[in-house]
Amino acid sequence: MRGTFAQKLLAKKTGRKHLEPGEIVTVTPDHLLTHDNTAAIIKKIESELDTYGIIDPDFPVIVLDHVVPPVNEKTALGHKKIRDFVTRFHLHHFFDGGWGICHQVVLEQGLALPGSLVVGSDSHTCSYGAVNAFATGIDRTEAASLLLTGETWLKVPESIKMTLQGSLPLGVYPKDLILHIIGNVGADGAAYCSVEFHGDLSPLGLEDRITMSNMGVEMGAKIAVFPCDSHTEHYLSSQGIKPRGYEPLWSDADACYHKELTYNLSEIQPQLALPHRVDKVTKVKDMEGKEIDQVFIGTCTNGRLSDLRVAGEILRKKKVARGTRLLVLPASRQIYQDALQEGLMDIFIRAGALILPPGCGPCLGAHMGVLAPGERCVSTANRNFKGRMGCTEAEIYLASPATAAATAIHGVITDPREVSV
Amino acid sequence: MTVWQYGDNINTDQLFPGKYTYTCSTPPEIIPHLLEDLDPGFVTNVKEGDFIVAGKNFGCGSSREQPVLGLKAVGIEAIIAGSFARIFYRAAINQGLTLIECPHAVTAYRTGDSVRVDLDRGDLWIGEKKFRFPPLPPEIQAIGAAGGLLAYTKKKLRKQVSPSKKRESL
Repeated sequence: MRGTFAQKLLAKKTGRKHLEPGEIVTVTPDHLLTHDNTAAIIKKIESELDTYGIIDPDFPVIVLDHVVPPVNEKTALGHKKIRDFVTRFHLHHFFDGGWGICHQVVLEQGLALPGSLVVGSDSHTCSYGAVNAFATGIDRTEAASLLLTGETWLKVPESIKMTLQGSLPLGVYPKDLILHIIGNVGADGAAYCSVEFHGDLSPLGLEDRITMSNMGVEMGAKIAVFPCDSHTEHYLSSQGIKPRGYEPLWSDADACYHKELTYNLSEIQPQLALPHRVDKVTKVKDMEGKEIDQVFIGTCTNGRLSDLRVAGEILRKKKVARGTRLLVLPASRQIYQDALQEGLMDIFIRAGALILPPGCGPCLGAHMGVLAPGERCVSTANRNFKGRMGCTEAEIYLASPATAAATAIHGVITDPREVSV
Repeated sequence: MTVWQYGDNINTDQLFPGKYTYTCSTPPEIIPHLLEDLDPGFVTNVKEGDFIVAGKNFGCGSSREQPVLGLKAVGIEAIIAGSFARIFYRAAINQGLTLIECPHAVTAYRTGDSVRVDLDRGDLWIGEKKFRFPPLPPEIQAIGAAGGLLAYTKKKLRKQVSPSKKRESL
């Protein structure tokens, strides 16, 4: 059939000749992602698991990342129950605490591939749009049902075409671009929709695309997807996955869109999302000089090697400002090792940073890095909701790793273009 | 009957703080923290049959289902909003919590107005004004009719001839 990426992918997966936006289809996703919430998910279906077992041991992907290592007896017990479940059903894809943040691990392990369909009980499952996968978040109950049946329903979404033109200026990064886009369309600007990125995408590396797809849900998108190109193939082959192992898909030139938007990258400046909304976006310039207590570089949005390189370049031979704390969290064990080998961790440690183990903890206020009342944090994460980092009377500003690093050096919000490297 | 009124972009952290996500999963654990940061008076005063009227993009943010489980457990009759975030919308279907997307009704609502819903007819009254909302597709109604997604799935599994049959390949 002809149409948008979403129409074509769902038609292929359901064996239909044609699908229109709004149609409801039953699908069997290629994988189901769950994390620490697996404990609560399997508790819902204890007797059914005894009777029917799970649909397929190759289907679930479980990554422990949200509270690792466990923070108390209750979270430790949850992890233990998940390990018992994995052993009992001989699951093929289990990654215990320490492997990294689930979305990074899924991508590194090639469990989300071009043209594949992945659902996950985590809202940032949309990250895999970066590798041309149809990937979206679901809740725990739906994940429980999927473990038993392997199928669920999806509504064929309307699509929004975002065309990117030109390249980002020096000191401006994909995080600035996606914050700018979210500020422009609003927190519900892509609600229920598939966002397709078009235009000259060659300046955006695969890690850059993960940052952008990751934040698709912050504008309400169901998926936020890129085409498969040489960046994708190179990334996957570096993880040992050959092009014959997947079938990319892309929209046709005559596809119908709900909305079409164009962004000129050369006009973008360093951006900040102000408390307590991701779409309350302004230029870093407008907030310069505001005192910051904590800087957090990491998360599934910006904890990859390219992010740590940018931050490392700025922090090289510099010290974190007195009165400001810097937390650095590599998104996976693989990234941690690569960063160590490149000497990046040495730069961060010498600068006075506290290195955290790969995981989600500080981003959702569940574990480590919690803020105190009245404190301000510049974070490279994807959400700055009130209370997100564990304290309702604290403020979170979302920024690129470059802005975060520059801010750590000066102790106040700083435009990274003004820091000499 | 009380109508609880909230604005646009009410997110899941406001409905149920993320810091409790991995220690509270059941309604008795969830309810004390429901809307804790948004409206501290909610839990003590909410009654069965109450409504929530809110702006657009209600339930945006995390995929955590505790807000839906909690609001269903305290007896919220329906949430009427300008629009809903999609994961929250699915979670509500899966728990049998009624959501009505009707921006005109939200605009028309004034504090103190009564709210009535006729789900079968797709009618919604705000005071004396009547609004229509489209019914859910039949496939989705079937989930609600079964008493939620897990009840629906369990019923389907029981009907299968060979329950232990596993899918052979992906």
